[in-house]
Amino acid sequence: MKTIVVVGNGMVGYKFCEKFVAQANKDSYQLVVFGEEPRVAYDRVHLSEYFEDGDAERLSLAPKTWYSDHGIQLHIDERVTEINRNAKTIGTSKGTQYAYDTLVMATGSAPFVPPIRGVEKKGVFVYRTIEDLEETLIYAEKIKGGKAAILGGGLLGLEAAKAVMDMGLEPHVVEFAPKLMPRQLDTRSSKVLQGKLESMGINIHLSKATNQILGNGCITGMEFGEDDILDVDMLVVSAGIRPRDELGKSCGLEMGTRGGIVVNNQMRTSDPHILAIGEVALYNQMIYGLVAPGYEMAQVAVDQIIGETGTRMAAEIDMSTKLKLIGVDVASFGTPFMPAERGHSIIFENKTESLYKRINVTHDGKKLLGGILVGDASDYNMLLQLYQNEMPLPENPEDLILGSRAGGASAFGSAMDLPDTAVVCSCEAVTKGAICCSVLEDGNESVKAVSKATKATTGCGGCKPMVVDLVTESLKSLGKTVKVQLCEHFEYSRQELFDIVKLKGIDDYDKLLDLVGKGHGCEVCKPAVAAIFASIYNETANRQPAIQDTNDRYLANIQRNGTYSVVPRVAGGEITPKQLMAMGRIAQKYDLYTKITGGQRIDMFGAQLHELPLIWEELIAEGFETGQAYGKSLRTVKSCVGSTWCRYGMDESVSFAVEIEHRYKGIRSPHKFKGGVSGCIRECAEARCKDFGFIAVEGGWNVYVAGNGGANPKHAELLAEKVDKETAIKYIDRYIMYYIKTAQPLTRTAAWLEKLEGGITYLQNVVINDSLGIAAELDAEMQALVDSYKCEWKEAIETPEIRARYAHFVNSDETDDSIEFVSLREQKMPKEWA
Amino acid sequence: MNTQEPMEKIAVKTWFKAAPAEKFPKNAGACIKYKDQQIAVFNFARENKWYACQNLCPHKMEMVLSRGMIGEENGEPKVACPLHKNTFSLKTGESLTGACDAITTFPVKVEDGFVWVGFTD
Repeated sequence: MKTIVVVGNGMVGYKFCEKFVAQANKDSYQLVVFGEEPRVAYDRVHLSEYFEDGDAERLSLAPKTWYSDHGIQLHIDERVTEINRNAKTIGTSKGTQYAYDTLVMATGSAPFVPPIRGVEKKGVFVYRTIEDLEETLIYAEKIKGGKAAILGGGLLGLEAAKAVMDMGLEPHVVEFAPKLMPRQLDTRSSKVLQGKLESMGINIHLSKATNQILGNGCITGMEFGEDDILDVDMLVVSAGIRPRDELGKSCGLEMGTRGGIVVNNQMRTSDPHILAIGEVALYNQMIYGLVAPGYEMAQVAVDQIIGETGTRMAAEIDMSTKLKLIGVDVASFGTPFMPAERGHSIIFENKTESLYKRINVTHDGKKLLGGILVGDASDYNMLLQLYQNEMPLPENPEDLILGSRAGGASAFGSAMDLPDTAVVCSCEAVTKGAICCSVLEDGNESVKAVSKATKATTGCGGCKPMVVDLVTESLKSLGKTVKVQLCEHFEYSRQELFDIVKLKGIDDYDKLLDLVGKGHGCEVCKPAVAAIFASIYNETANRQPAIQDTNDRYLANIQRNGTYSVVPRVAGGEITPKQLMAMGRIAQKYDLYTKITGGQRIDMFGAQLHELPLIWEELIAEGFETGQAYGKSLRTVKSCVGSTWCRYGMDESVSFAVEIEHRYKGIRSPHKFKGGVSGCIRECAEARCKDFGFIAVEGGWNVYVAGNGGANPKHAELLAEKVDKETAIKYIDRYIMYYIKTAQPLTRTAAWLEKLEGGITYLQNVVINDSLGIAAELDAEMQALVDSYKCEWKEAIETPEIRARYAHFVNSDETDDSIEFVSLREQKMPKEWA
Repeated sequence: MNTQEPMEKIAVKTWFKAAPAEKFPKNAGACIKYKDQQIAVFNFARENKWYACQNLCPHKMEMVLSRGMIGEENGEPKVACPLHKNTFSLKTGESLTGACDAITTFPVKVEDGFVWVGFTD
């Protein structure tokens, strides 16, 4: 058995182990690994996540037991201090000697700290290991609310700026070059990124050469030149990396003039028994500070050691990167800056949206050479493939960054058009061919199974959308579809079930289950089917209470302590003083906590189950009706006061909002939906954050669709411009009805539109140009729903059997005595959870 | 405590006559009061089976389980808490979505048109 000693347990060192134990020949070798850090290899790329939850374990690439399970001898917290090449042994910080047959150097790099006067002062840190972070955190705690500078505006520096901001400090990025990320960005894209970062509270100082660090003992500032001083309480140095090559130097390996252990394309150093990989290796006169080339080097080293000497490092290393920097997409690929003699550039820049896209193409416009994306890198994967595989470009290459303006198809073909050799997952070097083969020949029929088998998507995850497409398309070619199934009881999608219900005229859950389902149903399919019945027959939730979600079953919103809240409809947010007083009187009588909602109405909290019919009886007597705040249905149509009162108003937004809220009230849908009407482009009603919105402009209404606030805020898209009110309503009628019929359960309009093939253009064709020939049908279905509205609370209080549902106990008239309230700002709130 | 005996084997000391069967909604739950306890009783009318468990959801300690939706998962009868949709087996009381403590279940029988719930005290 031969012994392989691996010096270094970082990301690349770990990857070497992983790839080594994955090959068949592993039992003829003993792997011995040394790491100087006190913990096993972790994901340095996502180091800033450590700030978010302080969980170091989660960053680990593999637990300690992984090493022993695979027969690897792991020594952490033990640094290799010497190499004796003649005896083929190493010595460690613990004074022990080990013999090797092959030595793999994966010592990585250390932060480069420039020799600036005063850099040894307290409060100056580097950004590399978890220990660095912990020390920084302790210091940041002491200077809470203070200012912190980051020396270096590269990739890591900006990550560090985000970390510093998360620590509650005011970040200042100081860069020597006249632009940010000088290796990846050109001047214009750097400006766009700078503007975006500044708007987020990160201060940027470019073209600054630091002369000295000021302060007596602790840092108090940085001096750039005469009278040019920045006061800071802390400094994080992120000015690049230096290879950790001291071992190589001391044992006499060939070194680069500026450091790094020289390797050839087999990763061998000047000593054939010693290999070097990752950031310590100098290949092509370059140190590669990215994970992907490091992983590739690990693979080459493994193959070389086990005798598959044909594997070589590529002559040219792709430095393409895509990352999300503080929530901003930044990507650069191929040749990002290009001399004019090689081709020309197509540049799109929109500073108000912080967008910059540049592609470099050959003079004949046929091949892509490289590019830069800031603000939106969603097309990065496809662009990278076009570049790497030298694929032909569309007739108008600008379509690649501007989108096809002739309507219809995307400028990119499908992922299936890529050659089999195209590397889709660059972290794990998985090709399109390997992914498709995994589906077609190895029988993996889900993205999960394919990821497990090929490791694709398990690195940065950026290739996931493409892998999903490839798996789906491959399955299709086998005649299989990726079945979207409601739950174990119905093997249909919601849309299919909708059509079945309508076609067969079924209006009873049990009947539907007997006819096309199996088993006895569950909490997933019951409310979905209830919503379908409601959309087709407009029956209220009162008829089949057992299949309604709790809120619909009791026509109220259940709150933290099991009590309910009551929300009457206040269409358009318009309410009379008399109604306000009535609501106030009723809320006071039943001791309800009241609050104004985001949808311009009043929510009354803390009603017990048995009180609901009593409260509603009084509300209805005062002329109120249910607000359906509990249902997957229209919530509110928010409005500004519009031309009725506002001196800027272009049209009557309140009247429109009241009319439209009454039109759609009570209509059940796949998810809740909201509307907004603004009287002018100042948009006080925030109509573009709603599922549908109207904004008055000169000459009519602009109609917007598919926006929402919430967890994934999305601005609505423009459906039609300057149309009259009747047309606007007609389009929204069709849009909502089409959504109701085709969306999956619990899918808001924004997510639905995103999945709709062809997107907004397709939707415009359906609702405006009637491309599917269903407009008349949609109109009729919507009108039927509008005409059959009734207030379900009125129905409930007038029907004794329904009213009887509102008792806490079936065997006693007592009420629930377990509910406790405490007082809060002169109102009440639920007692804290036990 | 999760390995409760099948219902018929539990040593029931008291059969409590809760209410007439028709007072319980079909394919849903209702709450009954027994001494100082709140008990959720579920009428699985489709299968002609009855189950009972504590009304308290162990997740956030609220008296709400009787208002949850019922259903089955691979034949296992379950209730979904209306607050956060945690589901519990009505046979064993175990949490099916994980993360929660098990709930206590009680045997139920229907005789002479009345629903009876069995207690060990």
